[in-house]
Amino acid sequence: MDIFVQQLINGLVLGSVYALVALGYTMVYGILELINFAHGEVTMIGAMVALTVISALVGVNVDLPGVVIALFGLLAAIPACMALGFGIERLAYRPLRHAPRLAPLITAIGVSIVLQNLAMIIWGRQYISFPPILPQGRHVLFGATITDVQIVILMTSIGLMLLLTLLVKRSRLGRAMRATAQSPQIAGLMGVNINAVISLTFVIGSALAAVAGVMVSAYYGLAHYYMGFLLGLKAFSAAVLGGIGNLAGAVLGGLLLGVIESLGAGYIGDFTGGFLGSHYQDVFAFFVLILVLLFRPSGLLGERVGERA
Amino acid sequence: MESALKSTPLTGLLAATLAALLLGGCGKNDGAASDDHLVKIGSVAPLTGPQAHLGKDNENGARLAADEINAAGLTLGGKKMRIDLLAEDDQADPKTAATVAQKLVDSGIAGVIGHLNSGATIPASTIYHNAGIPQISPSATAIAYTAQGYNTAFRVMTNDEQQGHVLGQYAVNKLGTKKIAIIDDRTAYGQGLADEFAKAVKAAGAQVVGREYTTDKSTDFMAILTSIKSRVPDLVFFGGMDPQAGPMARQMKQLGLSAQLLGGDGMQTPEFIKLAGADSDGAIASNPGLTLESMPGGKAFKDKFSARFGQIQNYAPYAYDAVYVMVEAMRRADSADPAKYLAELGKTDYQGVTGRIRFDNKGDISGGAVTLYQVRSGAWKPMETIHSSN
Repeated sequence: MDIFVQQLINGLVLGSVYALVALGYTMVYGILELINFAHGEVTMIGAMVALTVISALVGVNVDLPGVVIALFGLLAAIPACMALGFGIERLAYRPLRHAPRLAPLITAIGVSIVLQNLAMIIWGRQYISFPPILPQGRHVLFGATITDVQIVILMTSIGLMLLLTLLVKRSRLGRAMRATAQSPQIAGLMGVNINAVISLTFVIGSALAAVAGVMVSAYYGLAHYYMGFLLGLKAFSAAVLGGIGNLAGAVLGGLLLGVIESLGAGYIGDFTGGFLGSHYQDVFAFFVLILVLLFRPSGLLGERVGERA
Repeated sequence: MESALKSTPLTGLLAATLAALLLGGCGKNDGAASDDHLVKIGSVAPLTGPQAHLGKDNENGARLAADEINAAGLTLGGKKMRIDLLAEDDQADPKTAATVAQKLVDSGIAGVIGHLNSGATIPASTIYHNAGIPQISPSATAIAYTAQGYNTAFRVMTNDEQQGHVLGQYAVNKLGTKKIAIIDDRTAYGQGLADEFAKAVKAAGAQVVGREYTTDKSTDFMAILTSIKSRVPDLVFFGGMDPQAGPMARQMKQLGLSAQLLGGDGMQTPEFIKLAGADSDGAIASNPGLTLESMPGGKAFKDKFSARFGQIQNYAPYAYDAVYVMVEAMRRADSADPAKYLAELGKTDYQGVTGRIRFDNKGDISGGAVTLYQVRSGAWKPMETIHSSN
């Protein structure tokens, strides 16, 4: 039982990070019907910028608590990623907004490769370690352990998700976003500044990605120029699982994917009598994804929509 | 002004190249009497790129041996023997390694000391084998190198099979662990090492309570470590590299998994300590070969080597021994003809700087040494050296 709880905690923590990144995918898709494949790389850049700031602060021996230093890193990463998200949309996607759908998809992959290589040039090929500045407290919960960092990740993710939901459902900007998602032309005719709304969507998504990037590097204790690729792929799958374009779906998909992966890796060996080992954890996760899509092609919470005229 | 700035490095480069060509030419010709028996031996390692320091170290080790032998004046077939060491750069790249190997074969070498990396050694070994030229690698450890069935492939460094075996025996007999969990990263290296470790552990009477897998790109091991924790092992073995081993050590502590972490040479790096931070403390990992201090001729070699080349990087003593092993075989066969001395090479029993060197029928060193290190207060400290039984 305690092992099951432990796997559940592992999965929820992992899943909440997936969900945070998945929100970025789903927001952009909801408005532009574009899959922003560079989103995973934005997460990576967030981690790298934060680590650079944190390492510099630790290097000069500032007399501050570790949590404050980490917050400084986060505060540097968020605007950096916001600017990056804004720049990506402005340079790579806006000029192609009325081009055939395949064109922005290709530029998205292109931007992703450019960012990866840029990070490799700037930060090098080696793994960058997260300085040991955060509290290492551990708590026991139903026989399972949960660390301070894990609690912070869970709380921050949930908090940000609630904040985003409020923003989209209640604020003026949120209304403009929903209007643009339904029909950019009509929204434009009604006086919504579509370009500003789209830019803001990218900026908000990138800010979430920055937070996710910093949390991931703090959790695993490292960052690497390649880390955004797998994270982005998983988050994208989570968005599709939940129904891409649907905010609640992204959260559900992320949490589900995390839990499925954790339980899969933990139990797949036992269930198959050792025939399939834990290296099948990704296969297992994607098998569930395929199964869901076979029966609900638009994802768990996605609505069946007709082809737009 | 601007043009002067631009041309300076170019002129410098040109001058350096010219000087190198002139010096190189001199070095090869001076003092070579025409009646000497000239024996060409290749020395291949990465001399450029990130591993250049290790490559040059190997070349220097081989050159030290070659110069000593030349000075001692050995005779082969009644003529004074003179080694001409041809140093080549394989850039640690399999494709370049094959090109360089072909170049050496074409230039009529009698034998090769090299290459440094397993990835470069394996493709090159096919070319040497096809030409019938004996090859001794001072540092390649992958099992595959000597498993190809080439009678020309030898090494003076403990291979991964022997390393896994020693680690398994150490875990059970020395650390006294009985319930062991094994994780590997599914690469040829990690899986090979973990499989050998598992075999040795079972043979020594301990129980493998969990076998989990990850990849060489993963950073999340919480799920597999939780699953391992439920089986209450007293030791966790990881076959893989430091980017995984680092976070793994951290996550073990996070989960409160207090088992001993044990690994191979992929983990025995400063990078591991950097990534795992304080959680690296107490981890044990092995590295093939001996520490310089524990080599029988280590002190004397260090003095000789540093007087001429400065600090020893890593494999220089092995390259040095490899040259002597090759020349000893030539002396016994009284010929530098590969076809004649190859049979003698297999019968080698030589007391070198790094210890006693004998080969098994695959060309691997018999009783190769493995040194175990433990992280203590943020640094790897050597614990003990074990000689493998096979």
